[in-house]
Amino acid sequence: MPSFVKRIAGAAALLVLICVLSAAMSEEGLFGFGVPPYTARIAMFAGINIILAVSLNLITGFTGQFSIGHAGFMAIGAYTSAYLTVYHGPAWERALSGSIGETAAHVVVFGAALLVGAVCAAVAGLIVGIPSLRLRGDYLAIVTLGFAEIIRIIILNVDAVGGATGFTVPANVSFVWVGVFAVITVVVVRNIVRSDVGRALVSIREDELASEAMGINTTRYKVLAFVISSAFAGIAGVLFGHFNRFLATADFQFIRSFEIIIMIVLGGMGSITGAIIGAIVITILPEGLRQLPAVGGFNLADLRLVIYSALLIIIMLTRPQGLFGTREFGLSWLRRPQKQPAGDKGVGGDNGVPITQDSESVAADDEAGSDAGKGGDRR
Amino acid sequence: MNDAPEPSAVRATKEDGIIAEAARAARPNEPANGGGGVVLRTDKATIRFGGLVAVNELEMSVREGEIYGLIGPNGAGKTTIFNLLTGVYKPTSGSIHLRDQRIDGLRPYEIARLGVSRTFQNIRLFPGMNVLENVLTACHIHAKQSLSDAVLRTPRFARDEREQRDYCMELLDIFDLGRFKNEGGTSLPYGNQRRLEIVRALATRPKLLLLDEPAAGMNPSEQDDLLKLIRQIRDRFGLTILLVEHNMKVVMGVCERIQVVDYGKSIALGLPEQIRNDPKVIEAYLGD
Repeated sequence: MPSFVKRIAGAAALLVLICVLSAAMSEEGLFGFGVPPYTARIAMFAGINIILAVSLNLITGFTGQFSIGHAGFMAIGAYTSAYLTVYHGPAWERALSGSIGETAAHVVVFGAALLVGAVCAAVAGLIVGIPSLRLRGDYLAIVTLGFAEIIRIIILNVDAVGGATGFTVPANVSFVWVGVFAVITVVVVRNIVRSDVGRALVSIREDELASEAMGINTTRYKVLAFVISSAFAGIAGVLFGHFNRFLATADFQFIRSFEIIIMIVLGGMGSITGAIIGAIVITILPEGLRQLPAVGGFNLADLRLVIYSALLIIIMLTRPQGLFGTREFGLSWLRRPQKQPAGDKGVGGDNGVPITQDSESVAADDEAGSDAGKGGDRR
Repeated sequence: MNDAPEPSAVRATKEDGIIAEAARAARPNEPANGGGGVVLRTDKATIRFGGLVAVNELEMSVREGEIYGLIGPNGAGKTTIFNLLTGVYKPTSGSIHLRDQRIDGLRPYEIARLGVSRTFQNIRLFPGMNVLENVLTACHIHAKQSLSDAVLRTPRFARDEREQRDYCMELLDIFDLGRFKNEGGTSLPYGNQRRLEIVRALATRPKLLLLDEPAAGMNPSEQDDLLKLIRQIRDRFGLTILLVEHNMKVVMGVCERIQVVDYGKSIALGLPEQIRNDPKVIEAYLGD
């Protein structure tokens, strides 16, 4: 099966690339070429933000349900996994390292913690989603905002995870984890969006009444999107906690949720590549503005937050639909410029294509598109 | 009202082709068209909004394979009846049956799954989707792919996706819309949007198709095309069609039986000629 082999090869190539990047970011560097720790840190946050933005896009961009609670689910993932690695991690690692070696034990334990974080966030998403997804628009936004704050306040009052003094977490995350999970998030969300489930989700965004009349259980699919989205937010939280080495509930205030919303609004609601670019821009921009020069004895870098806000306003005024709108940017145009994926928006009609040929071209485009989805992260 | 014509079941099985086949395959436990039995029946269906009785003890009985018209003056409750039948509203009292199954109280998607599909008075296509995606979305009930198939891109996913696309393209080509497949659904000319909405409704493989004012906003020549189209759909796909319409030409031209409602009450039921000459109907339309 050539497409299968191609997929494995693509995944392997991507993994090697991530490992190389990760090695370059480590303290020792790669063959003497190291990325400065400051830059490496920004890259890590960019990766985590990609997971957050792309997963939020599934519920807000594609399903059209405005959620301001992403930071809450992130917090659940971060704290549950941190609880495991702090209180049970060392014992489990010791028990396992005898049989499978220290490194493997480390990977297994952190992988388990990550899974637990994702599942807990997903369960929280289910509990929050079932009652609140009956609401629409502003009401849903307010309810999710409220739930996220409730989650945060509850965590603040649990002494086992540090309460108000914060929670110190053992460092477990290298760029490999972040890179791999960013890619997994992008591929999973992309595969969902370009499927029957994805069409059901988008139809809810476009017209809920018509969607239901076509036999789509809209409540079920809204909750499904919410749960998947929450699970990935949980993963992002796990990675954030174990990279930052310290968790404070202040990191998960609603301002964090808004930041993720800004990423997808900036990149384009309903565009995966848009969310990726949005996440990268929003991560880099405030840091990049620190490098601004002094002009005439006046330090422009002091005004970075003003300039940052002004830039956001300018971008939104000039491109209200976001940088990408609902469009995707991939590598498929490099490979097959004469054919267009059937799922693309706003392309001209190629009149009179016989049905039999068309089904082949759809299958072929699907492969090209599958690589394009991964390609989005490669940049 | 007893001498209504036999539903044209013979025509239905003659040239129904692959689509009707697919519809039958989708629900094998149901009898093929031609039985002439009652498909849809309401029993004293009533809905009140506060003090207003929008639909009052409506009795209705649509037979297999017929084109049944529901007419009435503005505000008579026609669309409300449609919304009752499709589960958007739940009747305050009374019941609605699809064949032997009670469907009042079911959610709209559950009713759609039982083989009832509809169009809307003001077209409700999915604006952000192209023509093909609009129709593909309606294939959801019959999709054989699961979420994990989609995430892992299994061979089953590829096969299912190909089958659905082929089916939708076939359907679109029948309505001469295949060449617009990549265009935005809502950017089509008005008449084609109406047709696309019908195609989308057909993609759910229904047995009963409800058309809510299909001729609204059409000029006379488009109306003639529509008349032909509605008959063709019924014959080709072996459907039962219930249509709400305001336009007398369309109603008289295509419906085999007509029921007239006014103030939420049924005031007449019969053949087009009978309805045309019914004094109650004339009074309802022209006032006294």
